[in-house]
Amino acid sequence: MAEAKKSKRPRGTVVISVELCKGCGFCIAFCPSAVLEFSEMFNSKGYHPPHAVNPDACIGCDLCGMYCPDFAIFGARVTREVA
Amino acid sequence: MSAKNPRNQYLRTERMPNIWCPGCGLGTAVNCFISAIEDCETPLDQISVVSGIGCTGRVAGYLKLDSFHTTHGRPIPFATGLKLSNPKLKVVVFSGDGDLFAIGGNHFIHAARRNMDLTIICVNNFTYGMTGGQVTPTTPIDAFSSTTPYGNIEEPFNLPFLADCSGAVYVARWTVFHVRQAARAMREAMHKNGFSFIEIISPCPTLYGRRNKIGDGLKMMQAFKDNSVIADETDTRNVALDFRGKIICGKFVDREKTSFLDMYNIKMAERFGPFYEPYEGIK
Ligand code: SF4
Ligand code: SF4
Repeated sequence: MAEAKKSKRPRGTVVISVELCKGCGFCIAFCPSAVLEFSEMFNSKGYHPPHAVNPDACIGCDLCGMYCPDFAIFGARVTREVA
Repeated sequence: MSAKNPRNQYLRTERMPNIWCPGCGLGTAVNCFISAIEDCETPLDQISVVSGIGCTGRVAGYLKLDSFHTTHGRPIPFATGLKLSNPKLKVVVFSGDGDLFAIGGNHFIHAARRNMDLTIICVNNFTYGMTGGQVTPTTPIDAFSSTTPYGNIEEPFNLPFLADCSGAVYVARWTVFHVRQAARAMREAMHKNGFSFIEIISPCPTLYGRRNKIGDGLKMMQAFKDNSVIADETDTRNVALDFRGKIICGKFVDREKTSFLDMYNIKMAERFGPFYEPYEGIK
């Protein structure tokens, strides 16, 4: 997972279960903030799961989670307690 | 990061990964349903899901609710029995176009005619996925399937129209691209007292998309996005789908009608007067 820049506090976060992914690309295509990209890695089934290339832009809308047919990703809003 | 997907509490995670092909829209339709039940006030033990046979038939097995995977075409009769024996249940039928409208076609029109209090979610992918991509009653004219190698020549059903004229009280259509709208429609449909019907257009990239040169699941989703027109309250006579035409989405019908059970109690009370005790399920 790409490391988030310290300066900006993300409003959302995205969590990916790489082993469940079948590489359909729905989350990448329909994320409204262009957070995701296919990664170079393979999972054990031979698919390229997504990774967050732009995690700071994530708004935690969970559209990726709504689209993912394999229940392999979800987004959540981050509460403000961590600086 | 080890946080758990909040959907997992509604899923039989021990059965994951699911059997659906990469890019199949069925899992997305399940997400819409989970989102619909998540913020619905009905307790989960009062929601049950019934599926028939086919790729969509697997839904009953993946949801962690009281669910039943019936024989081919028979989810509606099973659901009818379930509803009548325990009217407190919200009974949802989640099945495919082939199951509900080919072998199960008669059950569909009669449950709608009786206004049985069921919610029918039909995932329409225009083909029989599980058995190798044969033509179904919803395959558009000219579409290729394994049994129509020169293109389909049969007129398909217009499902919202069929539901509407059979008597459904709620009729909507969305594609799996419209996740939020589909979830909202499912929630609304479950709250209707009577027969409600939602058609969810979904990609079957493996057997329909590939054979018809539409491309993979993502390309099919993009096509739904580009070709759909949202027009609530359109007359259902005008929402038929053709091979590459527009997909009219929205809520087409929302009306009130006495449900089967209410009608039963009203009519029996008329007949037997004070001696009649309203039926509220098997004691
Ligand atoms: S939660 Fe929303 S913004 Fe964040 S990755 Fe998912 S789709 Fe993109
Ligand atoms: S055959 Fe078609 S409907 Fe069945 S899982 Fe594969 S893509 Fe989905």
